[in-house]
Amino acid sequence: MSEPALLSVEAVAVDLPTARGNLRAVDQVDLKVGAGRTLGIVGESGCGKTMLSRAILQLLPKKAKLSGRVMFDGQDLARLAPERLRKLRGRSLAVVFQDPMTSLNPVLTIGTQLIETLQEHLELDGHAAKKRSVELLAAVGIPAPEQRLMQYPHQLSGGMRQRVAIAIALSCEPKLLIADEPTTALDVTIQAQILDLLAREQRRRHMAMILITHDLGVVAGRTDEVAVMYAGRVVERAPTSALFKKMRMPYTEALLAAIPKIDAAPHTPLPAISGRPPDPTRPLQGCSFSPRCRYANGRCHLDKPVLAAAESGDHQYACFHPIAIKTGVGA
Amino acid sequence: MATLELSIDQNLAVGEVRRTHRLGPLFWAAIVWMVLVFAAAALAGVLPFSPTDMDMLERRAAPSALHWLGNDGLGRDELARLIYGARISLTVGLCAPVIGLSIGGALGMLAGYFRGRFESLVVGSMDVLLAFPPLILALAVTAYLGQSLLNLTCILGVLGIPAFMRVARAATLTLARREFVIAAQALGATHARILLRELLPNVFLPLFAFFLLGVAVTIVVEGALSFLGLGVPPPISSWGSMIGEGRESLEVAPRLAFIPAVTLFLTVLSFNLVGDTLKALTDPRQSAL
Repeated sequence: MSEPALLSVEAVAVDLPTARGNLRAVDQVDLKVGAGRTLGIVGESGCGKTMLSRAILQLLPKKAKLSGRVMFDGQDLARLAPERLRKLRGRSLAVVFQDPMTSLNPVLTIGTQLIETLQEHLELDGHAAKKRSVELLAAVGIPAPEQRLMQYPHQLSGGMRQRVAIAIALSCEPKLLIADEPTTALDVTIQAQILDLLAREQRRRHMAMILITHDLGVVAGRTDEVAVMYAGRVVERAPTSALFKKMRMPYTEALLAAIPKIDAAPHTPLPAISGRPPDPTRPLQGCSFSPRCRYANGRCHLDKPVLAAAESGDHQYACFHPIAIKTGVGA
Repeated sequence: MATLELSIDQNLAVGEVRRTHRLGPLFWAAIVWMVLVFAAAALAGVLPFSPTDMDMLERRAAPSALHWLGNDGLGRDELARLIYGARISLTVGLCAPVIGLSIGGALGMLAGYFRGRFESLVVGSMDVLLAFPPLILALAVTAYLGQSLLNLTCILGVLGIPAFMRVARAATLTLARREFVIAAQALGATHARILLRELLPNVFLPLFAFFLLGVAVTIVVEGALSFLGLGVPPPISSWGSMIGEGRESLEVAPRLAFIPAVTLFLTVLSFNLVGDTLKALTDPRQSAL
């Protein structure tokens, strides 16, 4: 990727002051997303995925401290004037949240929420905005869109609500869409539909997308590149196909092993990752995965491995004991 | 794999969700009573009796064809006084909570949304207002500015601000952390937009329920103040002052105190009943949470 990236996250760190001390939610993360490309961010709960997405959008809690640069389209979002940032959000940057039950306003109709967004950003008149809303709802696969405009969020199912949230996010043709665990709150049959919808709309609009999830299976067929996060750091980064062919980081391997296999015999024990993620207010001296890693030795507990390139330049990992190529498990 | 064909009646699937909430006879009784009281208060001027004409021969007279509810201690028509009193009680009862609702609601939402120093300042000053004895304030203002309908409404309105502020702030605090507010920010909404379009419709529901309660309480408090002689100056009647005057002849003619008391009770009850029903009917979240 030699062309200038649409979004480039450079040495971003997020610190949250808590009662138990400083909590480093995101630690020196570097990422790049090119126009029209998809980046998957994978990691378990509490590893800093959501904080990273909020840092990109500049929607961190007021007390949080952000360092580093978030370059979007040639501008550093972290240093942009609030008014210009506000104009950028919605128009160029959009987000789909995890829980469609809470990401829509419960007392406004779907139509009101969509139409007002369109009027605000695209300066459409009421009639044109309504027409465009109907088109958008139809595009995200909602039947009878005109009647839906008059309904309240609670009258729709979870999958429908997430479709509405996606329609609102897509309404102003953003250049980058951040999908923060868009399917976690939905049941499995709807998950695939929503992910396919996101992929289709992304291709159609040539929009870049960051897909945040805790499920490696979700990113497998739908992303160009994957970054695996653990305890606030990116521990492995690779093009999706390369990652699934030969993962190098023991954590990635453990995550993949923890996905239930449909062809496994009944009652096969699921290899869970033992232990818990480290307390983010008490940073470890060595590799943060070392307490749970089966390859760890003395050096892992003392030094922090840095994210370094593997044999091919675009595959990076942070580990002293990368897994040998042949142990990689197919997705 | 076989596909199951589902045919759904479109009207059933996307039609307006029918309200299943039934309106009971109690609700309609309350509505009829309120309409009656409001109509009487509005039409008081055209009704053919005066609340101030005294007939000294008919003091504490029993109800008759001429005076339906009898006469009070000064020979004035009890029904006329009741109807003119409704004007005062309803004006004060509706206007004072509106003052509290608008000022308290706005302060509470701003405090709950922006937090920080502004919130400390607002909450602190409201605590001061709450700590100040309300009766002393009413006494001081009426002594200084005189007894009038406007002053009475203002006092009761100002006294209501802290409660409305607290309700609005509490509702805003929980709502401002909800994802749809962050989603609105992510869509580039201004603070004003978030406050007016995202938060206000949500905060308004609990605030309106509290407003109806406030109407009921204010009518009672106005009655209490008038009873103490701090309300509207005589000879203007209000329900509270009528109860106060009736107290003097409680043994001879107890109805002089009881009739306005029952009217007050029924009106307040109606406000509460109607308020509760309307709240249940208009809350689009009824089945959501």
